[in-house]
Amino acid sequence: MTAAALPENNFFNAKKGIMSWLFTLDHKRIGLLYLYAILSFFLVGVVLGFLMRLELLNPGQDIMKPHTYNQVFTLHGVIMIFLFIIPSIPAIFGNFFLPLHLGTDDVAFPKLNLLSFWLYVLGALFALATLVFGDGPADTGWTFYAPYSVKTGTNVTMSVLAAFILGFSSILTGLNFIVTIHRLRTPGMGFNQMPLFAWSLYATSWIQLLATPVVGITLLMIIAERVFGIGLFDPSIGGDPILYQHLFWIYSHPAVYIMALPAMGLVSEIIPTFAQRTIFGYKAIAYSSMAIAFVGYFVWGHHMFTSGMSGTAGFIFSILTFFVAIPTSVKVFNWVATLYKGSINIEIPLLYMMAFIFNFLIGGLTGLANAALAADVHLHDTYFVVGHFHYVMFGGTGFAMFGALHYWFPKIWGRMYNKARANVAFALLFFGFNMLYFPMLILGIMGMPRRYYDYLPEFHGLNQIATVGSWILVSGLILMLANLLIGLKKGKIASANPWNGITLEWQTSSPPPLHNFDKLPELNEGGPYNYPDAKKA
Amino acid sequence: MNQSFVLPNSGHTFDPKSSKLGMWLFLYTEILLFGGLFLVYMVYRSLNPDAFLLASFKLNVWMGTVNTIILLTSSMTVAMSITALQKGDKKMAMNLLWLTLLAALAFLVIKYFEWGAKFEHGYFPGMDHYDAMPVGEKLYFYLYFFMTGLHGLHVIVGGIFIWVVIAKIKSGKVHKDRISLHENAGLYWHLVDLIWIYLFPLFYLIH
Ligand code: HEM
Ligand SMILES: [Cu+2]
Repeated sequence: MTAAALPENNFFNAKKGIMSWLFTLDHKRIGLLYLYAILSFFLVGVVLGFLMRLELLNPGQDIMKPHTYNQVFTLHGVIMIFLFIIPSIPAIFGNFFLPLHLGTDDVAFPKLNLLSFWLYVLGALFALATLVFGDGPADTGWTFYAPYSVKTGTNVTMSVLAAFILGFSSILTGLNFIVTIHRLRTPGMGFNQMPLFAWSLYATSWIQLLATPVVGITLLMIIAERVFGIGLFDPSIGGDPILYQHLFWIYSHPAVYIMALPAMGLVSEIIPTFAQRTIFGYKAIAYSSMAIAFVGYFVWGHHMFTSGMSGTAGFIFSILTFFVAIPTSVKVFNWVATLYKGSINIEIPLLYMMAFIFNFLIGGLTGLANAALAADVHLHDTYFVVGHFHYVMFGGTGFAMFGALHYWFPKIWGRMYNKARANVAFALLFFGFNMLYFPMLILGIMGMPRRYYDYLPEFHGLNQIATVGSWILVSGLILMLANLLIGLKKGKIASANPWNGITLEWQTSSPPPLHNFDKLPELNEGGPYNYPDAKKA
Repeated sequence: MNQSFVLPNSGHTFDPKSSKLGMWLFLYTEILLFGGLFLVYMVYRSLNPDAFLLASFKLNVWMGTVNTIILLTSSMTVAMSITALQKGDKKMAMNLLWLTLLAALAFLVIKYFEWGAKFEHGYFPGMDHYDAMPVGEKLYFYLYFFMTGLHGLHVIVGGIFIWVVIAKIKSGKVHKDRISLHENAGLYWHLVDLIWIYLFPLFYLIH
């Protein structure tokens, strides 16, 4: 059934004018503001990555000086981590769909939500301002390791300040979601009736809340150290650079679950819709999110195996890191089991989810290689690590995010994109992605170090393959975004529930009305994914 | 469309429990913020026990003690003012909050003189006396200024918070049946107090 026109009352036309967007308290509009901002910074980051790959097409200096290369990978890292991947899914889809999933009309603190968006913008401005002020963007890598970060002449202070402000924004989002989940569930919806996306946001929010302050204070210490010229972390004046690394990773390892958990939530959300059957092991998936969040606090040392730590500490961190693999695999098995004997409907969102599972599997398994003490001594700071984290963050979370964009596109805008073009874009993305990053894993094992503008001649071939891969990947990205943009303006009007989804957001019109629901949404009997007429396995 | 329909669980209607929960979550983040500093303190103290001890003799224990008493008292007055407002005694609640503010101010004034004396001696990072210190003492003073400075900032923020509450009680926006903001200000103030309760022995007392 296709309606002829968009519903008359929707949140787009409820209010008019630019101010009604910039100062909106509507969670849907704030989610979209985030979407536009985050995608823009993502594109900046992609351009920087693309330029690096061009430089690496051939050995020797091609298009940028070594110092410039250092600044480019730092800015690329800072943008991709702090401006793109950490906020991405929670700030965009969490904001838009958490209240819909819970059957409410907004988050618990709408004003705080707007504040955290503006903090995000402020932090982003600081990050970009490093381009024009002082001696240019930092050249330390996104990790800002001391003592170099204290000594370099580049604009570390401003980058660090940016990260600090962005951290604040992230904390406020997490706080808002936790209270929303505790207080605003629709009558009758217990915790175990929530969609799994809400569960994953819940786990993520706790990490945002409890880990971000630690990196916040660490970054403040770096700033103080630069401004007052004395050392907590500079060994030449009694400081301890290893202490910096500990403090940094105490946050930044849990932060990788801020990136991964929401993506896993999306997969758990989208797979049942396209298998038209209930999720396998609801509780196992929900609680494994909490388990990952919890164990994730105790594994930070695996980034420091080669920085000098006792054998015992290394051993413990290594073992604990292996433990994270257990709840993660629990999820993967559950997803596969959900598909088994489902009535599978291969649509674009499902393709992205399959790509997530494939890429994340490679990312996760290479992670285990890094977690093994002996292997990591060889692999540390090589391209193996670069390959590994792009597989997890981009191949995993990035792809899940693109999939969610295709999944909820008809709900958000009430229109449908061109599916044939979306398929081509997906194929280019998936193929380009693997062509770009798989060679990096091999290069790393061969011993090519990361963070250099140059390499030995024997690495030439694989680097060329990777760079060509980046071209394919970028063309896929352009096609995907163009297709979505066209769909947004000219796409066919979609029905309220084009995928036959069963969670609460599909009960309201597309785009939803300003207050989300015109009547109390009806809870699903027996669990959020219980399809009434599903085939019994 | 039915514009007047409002969900029973709306995010736009005020919910005191949400507001309280939000405040508690925020306090966790504050504790972790200082937690990072306490960790650094612990590491460097254990690496430089003698230097930290020597440096701690340079602080004025009397001023620290007076400030501790002041803060503890102010925690009491803020708690009393909440009880007063719950009982509907607006006047009393406001007076007690003014007392709390006065205590905050007294704390800051004493801190000002304390820091001032340290500056005069040149103990601040970058000053001559500081540069001549052994490494351990430098770390001590660096942490001293960083941690008490950050705490002082929290005293100021807490003071502003309380001042806002006073204004809102006056204008009738905060009252007996809508007391969350007042309670949250109290919670925040207790946190400021709590952190000082740790800072004081760590810097002034441990021998
Ligand atoms: C077209 C897409 C991308 C390309 C071509 C690309 C390429 C690169 C390259 C060449 C490096 C530097 C390797 C080195 O010299 O050590 C790098 C580093 C990095 N990339 Fe990407 N990347 C892309 C997308 C992403 C995405 C989506 C993310 C995150 C979600 C990301 C996160 C990072 C991080 C964190 C670093 C490390 C920076 C550092 O060493 O401080 N990248 N990327
Ligand atoms: Cu890690």
